[in-house]
Parts: sequence; C-alpha cells; structure tokens
Amino acid sequence: MGDWEFIVGHYNYWIAIFLAMTGLYIVIARGNLIKKLVGLNVFQSSVFILYISLAKVEGGTAPILARGIDIYSNPLPHVLILTAIVVGVATTALGLALVVRIRGEYGTIEEDDIHSQDESM
Amino acid sequence: MLLAHLPALVIVIPLICAPLCVLLRGKDWAFIVALLATWASFACSVLLTIQVMKVGTISYAMGGWAPPYGIEIRLDALNVFILLIVSGIGSVVAPYARNSLLLEHIEERAYMFYCAYLLCLCGLMGVAVTGDAFNLFVFLEISSLSSYVLIALGSDRRALTAAYQYLVMGTIGATFIVIAVGLLYQATGTLNMADIANRLPEAGYTNRTVIAAFAFMVIGAGLKIAIFPLHQWLPNAYTYAPNIVSAFLAATATKVSVYILLRFVFSVFGVEFSFVSLPTAIPLLVLAVLAMFLPSIVACFQTNVKRVLAYSSVAQIGYMVLGLGFVSVAGLTASILHLFNHALMKGALFLVLGAVFYRIGSCNIDRMAGLAKQMPWTMAAFVGGGLSLIGVPLTAGFISKWYLILAALEKGWWYIVVLIVVSSLIAVVYVFRVIEAAYFRDAPDDLVNVAEAPISLLAPAWILVFANFYFGVETSISVGIAERAAQSLMGAG
Repeated sequence: MGDWEFIVGHYNYWIAIFLAMTGLYIVIARGNLIKKLVGLNVFQSSVFILYISLAKVEGGTAPILARGIDIYSNPLPHVLILTAIVVGVATTALGLALVVRIRGEYGTIEEDDIHSQDESM
Repeated sequence: MLLAHLPALVIVIPLICAPLCVLLRGKDWAFIVALLATWASFACSVLLTIQVMKVGTISYAMGGWAPPYGIEIRLDALNVFILLIVSGIGSVVAPYARNSLLLEHIEERAYMFYCAYLLCLCGLMGVAVTGDAFNLFVFLEISSLSSYVLIALGSDRRALTAAYQYLVMGTIGATFIVIAVGLLYQATGTLNMADIANRLPEAGYTNRTVIAAFAFMVIGAGLKIAIFPLHQWLPNAYTYAPNIVSAFLAATATKVSVYILLRFVFSVFGVEFSFVSLPTAIPLLVLAVLAMFLPSIVACFQTNVKRVLAYSSVAQIGYMVLGLGFVSVAGLTASILHLFNHALMKGALFLVLGAVFYRIGSCNIDRMAGLAKQMPWTMAAFVGGGLSLIGVPLTAGFISKWYLILAALEKGWWYIVVLIVVSSLIAVVYVFRVIEAAYFRDAPDDLVNVAEAPISLLAPAWILVFANFYFGVETSISVGIAERAAQSLMGAG
C-alpha cells in the first residue's frame, strides 16, 4: 500500500484525531470555563465518530431487518455510542451547572480571574 | 432463588434505592434508606466473598443473556476484595452522614446527598463486578458524575472549582478509556474482558491498534488513579469536599481505578504483552518512586490537615503502583494489600478530621493546637490512623510495607527497600506535625472549651482505627485474599 492510499484510506481516523486534538487544545488553552466544556464536547465527539466509523461495513446498509438485505453495518458500536452520548450530555449538563454556581460565587467564569481571587484554579 | 442473584443484587440495591431517597424527600427517611442499602450491599459482598473463596470464580449472566454476547458479571478473588473495600467503607461511613451534613449547610437537601452517595457506591461496585469492558466505562462514569456532585457540595466555594477541575480531568480520563475499549473491540471483535484476553494473542502483540489501546488505557486509568504527575485534580477535590465525601472517596474511588489498571494490564492485555513486549515496568517504577517522595514532601508544608492527607494519598498511590511495577506475585500481593489497608487508614483519618471540623469548624493545623486535651478520643483516633499511615508495626500500614519490601528483596532491588523506608520517614514528619500541635501546644484562646465529638462521628472513625490494628495483627484474611488475587492476575498472563 502506497503512502497516498494509507492517508486516504484512513481518512476517518484523521478526522477523529484532528477533532480530538482540537478539543484537547481548547480544554488546555482557553481560560473561559464554558469554552473548556465546549472543547471537552468536541473531544468526546471525536470518539463518537471513531466508533461509528469502525462499525461501517463496505457495501453494507443500515442494520434493519428487511428482505433482500444481507450486508449491513455493525449495530453494536452504534448502541455503545448512544450510551456514550447520554453520558456526555450528563457530563456537559453537570459541568454547566457547576459553571453557573461558580459564576454566582466568584462573579466570573475566567480561570485567571478566579485564580487571582483565591488561587483555586 | 435469591442467593443465585447476589452478584446482580449487590449493585441493583443501591441503584434502586438512590431515586427512592429523592422520592421520599424527608431527611430521616432518606438517611434510613441509604443506610439500609449500603448495609445490604455490604452483606451481599460478604456472602459473595465467602462463595468465591469456596468455589472459585463466579460468572453471572446479566438478564439471562449468555456471555460473551450479554453482559457478564464475573467475580474472582480480586473483584470481591475490591467489592468488600468499597461496600465496607460505604457502610461504615454512611451512619456518619447525619451529623456531618448538619455542618455543611446542606441538611435541607440531604436527600440529594444520599442519592448521589448511593449512585457513587453503585458505580464503584459496578466497576468492580462487571466482566464487560464497555459496561465498566458506564459504571465508572456513574461513579464519577456522582462524585463530582458530592465534591461540589462542600461548604467552601473552592469546592466548586475543585469539582469542575475534577470533572474536566475525569472526563478526559474516562474518554481515553472508551477509546481504548473501542480499539480493543476493533482488534478482537468482542467486549467481554475474558474473551478479549483470549483473542488478543491472535491479534498479535505487535498489532498497532492493540498497542494504541494499551497506551490509552494506561493513561486514562492513570488520570483516574491520580498517578503522579496526573494527580493535579486530587488535592483540591479532597480538601474542599465535605468531610464525609473526602473520607469515602479517598478510601474507595482511587482504589477502584487502580483495580481497572490491574485488571486491564494483567488480565486483559496479559503480562506477556504489557511487560515483556512493551517496556511498561520501568516508567511505572520511576513514577511510583517520584510519587512516594515529591507529594510527601509537599504534604509536610501544608497548613490544612485535609490537604496534608490528600497529598499523602498521592504518595500512597505510589506504593500501590510500585508493587504493580515489580510484575511478580509478591509485588501484586503487596499492591492489592495496600489498596485495602490504605482504604482503612485514610478512611479513618478523614473521618477523624470530620469530627474535628464538627467541633472547631476548621482543619487548620494551628486551630488544632492543644486539641488533644478537649477531644482526647478524637485525637487518639488520629494517632492510631497516623501510626498506620507511617507503617508502625502492629498496624495495617506496616503489613503492606512489609510485603512491599519482601517483594523488592525478592527482586534483589535493595535500593528500592531503602527508598520505601526513607519515604516512610517523611510520613513521620507530616503526621507528627499534627500530633505535636494537638498534644504539645496550647489551644488558641477562643478554643479552650471544646466538647468531645458526638458518638455518631467517633464510632465510625474508631471502627476503622480498630480495623487498622486488627488487620495489622490478624492478616490471614487480607493477605489470603490478596495473595489469591495476585496469583490469578499473574497466572492469567
């Protein structure tokens, strides 16, 4: 396999890696607590895409029971990711709730401003 | 037959009782439900332990779906040992909640606390019993999400930022674990952990997917364990959480994460892959030794005693990882034993601090000066737990260090023995700073008339202190189970 085929043939991985790195970069580089959560979401989405793309079977259709359909995508990763999405929603909701409380207590959602108040971030 | 469903009941009981607490609302009812649920889970764990010790591994098909297609609950010596630690600490800590919550100004929403507490317990025990890799992630997230809530309940506003930080780090760690599980599924086509272990040699030890999965798993679990230098979330989280939550999480949460690492590195990937074809042991040993020293030294300079204990936890995790890095039955025995013993000592010490906080409203070392005169029983319990933390003979802490030293000698690594002893001496420094203040200094003027802590706070702390001494003398139970667990972990490779 040539380099070109390797790069193009694995395009789903490149997308997942790009999204994961983007997400982690936002988490690390941004001081705004909401933006950090956005980054965390992007990071989690990259894993969803990784799983979904793993399930794809070449030439397969959607995994539904119907006459004349023999090749279909693997439904198991889809189900797993449904669960992971629920977990992600719960994490985001809790994170946002914490940010609301933090803003109530500190009057800011910027990491540096919080740190300058009591060195807690 | 109810007994046959024990492996499911142990996690279903707290799971069902958690929403029940919210539905009942009243703080007394919620307390009673939470108490009964934790005790019932503990009873189930004890029965399961006896069963496993008698007949060996138990496999239970969840919902009647045969493994590897359905979710399997699989219990061997290591699983039930972790189950015992979590449910045991859970049931000792639960009675403590009533008085402790009064002080954290969350009494009127106490039912929320009990709900989160039971969910956390359920998640931690779920991780310990499940035989399915993805199911493990789901239980881990149940326990993590509820522990973020529990930490955020702390009365100091810094509890909120600590919980937020832990949420970000914990989610990254858990997501790393999902990536690892996904890659393992890709390489083997199964999610059942025993099944993955069987099929991995087929996939080959040089398979890049498997190596990537291994890396993601170790780092992900490392974040949740707080292996040095991935421990940044831990000191704040344990310091600002409500006292009862610090006691519960310090004694259980990191232990369960260590279990995840042990299970995957030794059982799923296997010793052959993890340590022979990849150089995993050396980095683990180096990080473990760094963890034994740097956080211990930091602990010596803290003024908040909860923070001292939090940094000490990071150091103690170093001992567990050290035993793991030896890659021998003796080393693993020491590691698993220290999981148990450390849960006893840290649980006891944090409970004592809860009692101190209840009376003087602070865990500052200067505010605790002269406290031994006014709260003799409380401070005596601190001395007991502290001695175990240092590893004085006749305490549980001594037993785990003794086995750790034996494992190092077996390898012929005498310099590791020296490091273990020297790092224990640092523990002497930070424990005795507190004892010196409490016993040999005069109390601050406004704190001369402090009453002894109520019995509901003292009793749980003393039960754990007593356990520290009991398991420091009578070691057949703890060492017996730990040895069996270690043998099965090494044998699986």
